[in-house]
Amino acid sequence: MKELMLGNKAIARGLYEAGVCFVSSYPGTPSTEITEEAAKFEDIYCEWAPNEKVAMEAAFGASLAGRRAFCGQKHVGLNVAADPMFTMSYTGVNAGLVIVVADDAGHHSSQNEQDSRHYAIAAKVPMLEPSDSAEALEFTKLAYELSEQFDTPVIVKMCTRVAHSQSVVELGERNVPIKPYEKNIAKYVMMPANAKKRHPIVEERTTKLIEYAETTPLNRVELGSSEIGIITSSTSYQYVKEVFGDSVSILKLGMVNPLPPELIKNFASRVQKLYVVEELDDIFEQFVKSLGLEVHGKDLLPVVDEFSQNMIAKVFNKDVNEGVQLEDNIPGRPPVMCAGCPHRGLFYTLQKNKCIVMGDIGCYTLGATAPLNAMDTTLCMGASISSAHGFNKMLGAQSEGKTVAVIGDSTFVHSGMTALADVAYNQSNTTVVILDNSITGMTGHQQNPTTGFDIKGNPAGKINLELLVKAMGIKRVAVVDPYDLKSLDEVLKQELKVSEPSVIISRRPCALLKHVKHNAPLKVNTEKCIGCKSCMKIGCPAISMVNGKAVVDSTQCTGCSLCSQLCPKGAFE
Amino acid sequence: METKNIIIVGVGGQGSLLASKTLGHLFLSQGYDVKVSEVHGMSQRGGSVITYVRFGDKVYSPVIDEGQADFIVSFELLETARWLKYLKPQGQVVTNTQQIEPMPVITGAAKYPEKLIDKLKSKGVKVDALNCLELSLKAGSVKAVNVVLLGRLSHYFDIPEDLWLKSLKANVPAKFLELNLKAFELGKKNNESIDS
Repeated sequence: MKELMLGNKAIARGLYEAGVCFVSSYPGTPSTEITEEAAKFEDIYCEWAPNEKVAMEAAFGASLAGRRAFCGQKHVGLNVAADPMFTMSYTGVNAGLVIVVADDAGHHSSQNEQDSRHYAIAAKVPMLEPSDSAEALEFTKLAYELSEQFDTPVIVKMCTRVAHSQSVVELGERNVPIKPYEKNIAKYVMMPANAKKRHPIVEERTTKLIEYAETTPLNRVELGSSEIGIITSSTSYQYVKEVFGDSVSILKLGMVNPLPPELIKNFASRVQKLYVVEELDDIFEQFVKSLGLEVHGKDLLPVVDEFSQNMIAKVFNKDVNEGVQLEDNIPGRPPVMCAGCPHRGLFYTLQKNKCIVMGDIGCYTLGATAPLNAMDTTLCMGASISSAHGFNKMLGAQSEGKTVAVIGDSTFVHSGMTALADVAYNQSNTTVVILDNSITGMTGHQQNPTTGFDIKGNPAGKINLELLVKAMGIKRVAVVDPYDLKSLDEVLKQELKVSEPSVIISRRPCALLKHVKHNAPLKVNTEKCIGCKSCMKIGCPAISMVNGKAVVDSTQCTGCSLCSQLCPKGAFE
Repeated sequence: METKNIIIVGVGGQGSLLASKTLGHLFLSQGYDVKVSEVHGMSQRGGSVITYVRFGDKVYSPVIDEGQADFIVSFELLETARWLKYLKPQGQVVTNTQQIEPMPVITGAAKYPEKLIDKLKSKGVKVDALNCLELSLKAGSVKAVNVVLLGRLSHYFDIPEDLWLKSLKANVPAKFLELNLKAFELGKKNNESIDS
């Protein structure tokens, strides 16, 4: 049966057909839907782990138990999970173990643009790279075969355009191979003496994988004219085909680590001019150059951002339509906190109190945008608390009374807990605000260990944040409703004033959650409104000024009442 | 057949995913190769969003580039203007007349351009503009703007209405079906002039 399927859903389908029994992941755009879709199959145990490292290790345990296992994450998630992955390369697997890493060239929803192919090279594990949904499904299944044949974890690398594009797939049957668990200290206990013996095995494996890469149908030559030969992969292959059709010769790489030297030399010998078209870093290009071949790549194409068909057409001097444009200056439309967002009141209060705000990863990173501009740094998951700790340790009284770390509930459990342990243990006078909106928001509403529900929405264990923070030895824990500006202001001032670590839990569920009931939209009484723009300070997308008076967009307003708390004339009714 | 290109543009949260899913389903049922590319994550939070729908004998790239779109289907007027450069010469714009102010306009850092439809027309662009929000409300909810637009877009395709409705049924939850069928009809039968 043919079906139009999202790349990520096709991976999930591949997991199902490959007989995968265990999936553990942490959400992250553009990888989230793999695990969400896998959870819809009754036969697969799926879970959201607290972070990627835990997910990777849990998948390792499942593989050891003899069941095919999976963990998926975005590119920066693999940074977190890199520690277990590098040594899993040494231990190998029992049942097949596949890792998806989804890169985000173009920064659609990420803090950096790193190229995950470096990880496959560094950890010495094979990496496959599909270019559409059909390949995503097929490569996932094949990855399990390779994992068991070569005794290694296998990475399948996605990118935003493959992960979030739908294309046609054909479905197959599920087949579940199961292996018994056998104790094997020399293989699985990576103490130095054992690891030393495993390293040569990893090197021998790479040699065998190179032999495999030379002949696998994953790497495919499409012969066209001998004038131009292009080595490419993933979505870049699609752009090249879009521009050239069948008119040039292409070496499409489906296995991007290890690379096949003989296949590349042979392809190069059949074409007059050799090009590499690859997004982000020049990994193929450097490899081709190391074979002594002359090749063009990053001398013509950028290292930054994603590609497109027009970009490639222009590099090869082909005509493109430019399209029409208006003379008007079109104002930008950056993402904003939604109307009714519980984070808004908090960031308004932080800005009003002129706080230095160490930010973190989530919807609340939007607190950095105009008009609130209430953030000083955002680095990676969990870094808000640790960087506030370091900042306060150095600046002392200069910063302690006005510096806060802000971190969401899910991010706190992900890697904020260990940072808070640093604050509690080394006693910095740091104030941490946990923005508890009862969900993982930015990635599209995933449950987490503080929500009380599992990935399927069934009741699950629930971490009590107040008790957890107290158990770490932090004595001051306050809970406040971010819709109540007066209480927020009082609690913030009070916790900044004290000379010891403190935690404020700003608690209200995300306004987009289905079970959250909204109040009736507010209306502006134009007789009372004096056009002072006090209500505009919170940057609510539902409020605008028309003819000098505030107007509320009733299709967006959730009746959160922050605007009316700021109005000096009581004009919001 | 040469690949046809549709971009769907709007403000994150307006429902472009349903529109692209329905179109994907429709063109696949017509026997075409189809690719649909969506945006998830941060830009969904009220930012400018673009979805690409492509169909034909063989579709390679999942995205549509500048100067390549046969249709711009737009949920919001400023977004129509923003993505105009993606339109092919002789391409068709089907746009909602609704205006949603972006944050730079709300904060006063920028102005929302005036008379956008007139300006589009003066550039020789074929524009079919209708008040989808009003029609959506008439159907019974503010949330059916996407389906009103689909109804309008169906004018431009030689595909029987029952196939459009079948694809719609396959993609909307049963409890909202009646509302959406009504929205589709209102979009399709609207009497505002079609500029073509």
